Amino acid sequence: MKWALLAVIVGCTVLADLLQSYEMKRSGEQSVGARGLVRLLRLAVSRRYLVLAIACMAISFFAFMALVQIAPLSFAVPASAASLVLETFLAKFVLKEAVGKRRTAGALLVLSGVLLLAR
Amino acid sequence: MTELAQEMEVVFAGPSEELSVGSAAPGNSKLKTFLLAFAVVLFNAVGNLCLAWGMKHLTESMGWNPLGYLRAILNPFVAGGIALLILWLLTRMALMSWADLSFALPLTGVGYVLAAVLGRVFLDEAVSPKHWIGTLLIFAGAAIVGTTTHQTEPRPEPER
Repeated sequence: MKWALLAVIVGCTVLADLLQSYEMKRSGEQSVGARGLVRLLRLAVSRRYLVLAIACMAISFFAFMALVQIAPLSFAVPASAASLVLETFLAKFVLKEAVGKRRTAGALLVLSGVLLLAR
Repeated sequence: MTELAQEMEVVFAGPSEELSVGSAAPGNSKLKTFLLAFAVVLFNAVGNLCLAWGMKHLTESMGWNPLGYLRAILNPFVAGGIALLILWLLTRMALMSWADLSFALPLTGVGYVLAAVLGRVFLDEAVSPKHWIGTLLIFAGAAIVGTTTHQTEPRPEPER
């Protein structure tokens, strides 16, 4: 059960982040003032990819809620970091981001740190 | 008139070639991007903590029952956690509009350290002594990614 929930969390997180990053890049730099937050809220419900991304996040969130009930937070949070490397890989090939040696090394270091925290 | 014409030309021509690689788009500096990433991390860690605290103190088991989740939302800690996570979602959307996904993700990885620390302090969860090495690796990874350019391509002007 624990691992099934984790698979749902990772799969949905990866899809949500890719969709969100793609759509937010197209929308231009958004502000984070009070008006900006309202605008972001409007964007979140009006853009198709963002709606889909939020649906994926919601599934991931409920799976996370169930996971923290049966496993410690210090397992649940770091274990879901498996998505980090997958997302960095997909950012390069799907979103065409400039993922060079430094970004790859950084992502791998963060992942190894997260794995150590999980034990 | 000439100045205005020049200005209009710049606006319609969009960002110059020099801006496309190696420097940030005109809007937000790297420092502002770091600060926003920090706010994102904070909202997420505190939101998760509130949520976990609320969920751990619920008497019924959740399973796959949707009514159980609805009742859980009435718990003040769960509700507060959800409010913080909504704020996290919105600020994270803004961060995604400012920076690459492959830049933002390792940076927000610092949140894992915060989650472990908060879990240890408030929820009495056991964290092994290895966690300091893990913490160091996460900060090193975030720092290395932090030295790269935060945008691969400049962003378009947002619609008003």
